[in-house]
Amino acid sequence: MMEILEYIGMALILIGGIFLFLGALGLVRMPDLYTRLQAGTKASTLGAMSTVLGVGLLHPDWILKILIIVIFIGVANPLSSHALARASYRKGVIPFSKNNIDKYKKAVKKQIKNLTS
Amino acid sequence: MTIILTIVFTLMAIGLILSMFRFVKGPRSGDRAMALDTFSIIITAAMVLLAHVFERYIYVDVALIYAVLGFVGVIVIARYIEGAL
Amino acid sequence: MIFIILLIIMAVLLLAAAVYSIVHRDLLFAVMGTGIVSVVLSLFFYLLQAPDVALTEAAIGIALTTIIFIITIRNTTRDEDEIIDKENEKL
Repeated sequence: MMEILEYIGMALILIGGIFLFLGALGLVRMPDLYTRLQAGTKASTLGAMSTVLGVGLLHPDWILKILIIVIFIGVANPLSSHALARASYRKGVIPFSKNNIDKYKKAVKKQIKNLTS
Repeated sequence: MTIILTIVFTLMAIGLILSMFRFVKGPRSGDRAMALDTFSIIITAAMVLLAHVFERYIYVDVALIYAVLGFVGVIVIARYIEGAL
Repeated sequence: MIFIILLIIMAVLLLAAAVYSIVHRDLLFAVMGTGIVSVVLSLFFYLLQAPDVALTEAAIGIALTTIIFIITIRNTTRDEDEIIDKENEKL
């Protein structure tokens, strides 16, 4: 029983390390700020949660603090990513796009119109 | 088992170097704040993994503090960029 | 062996962030460099087996210092050259 948990934990740690590396690679390779934000935050969140859960499976008596860490990573990291994307859109960073789809622009215009009227 | 830990630590070190590259190069302030966020989350995962290597339960607390407080700085920077602080 | 290589990489990153934070003229980017210095320094304290010092460094360095410096930048100015020009005019 313990050996099976150990193998699953080691597999989770390996998956987490690979996803952390892929997130940092996407941070360098992607063309503009929003795609970089998506690569650098989603992949990093998955990698960190997977690594921490793997350590929790290797040591079953640490599981309480491990679960608290996983929940806080899952809440806090998308929150900071959302705040950054919103701030840089309102500051005027233009998204990189080949087919000109920008649905957030209409929402921002409607919000400003509602505020002024 | 040791070879997997070696591979994972090497991947984390390469990830830290890549995000440091983006921090130095990144043209706007959003890129740099995002590199700081990626840096702190890779180091949180590395701290939990090092607690497994050293076999000490007290070391998990440092990673807990990082997971709770790590996003406050990035959110303050984002509010300053937006101009709403 | 792998730990010694990792320590050398950490030291190089720490020095790079510190030099960047000193040299750069934009004060917001310098504050972010201070954040990276604090994160890597906390990992150093952790590897030297002082978890209480690492805990304090983490809590103060990443949250409190950044907030205080950002509030200071908001109340004064973001560009460093502007401050130097004003001081030269005063003289």
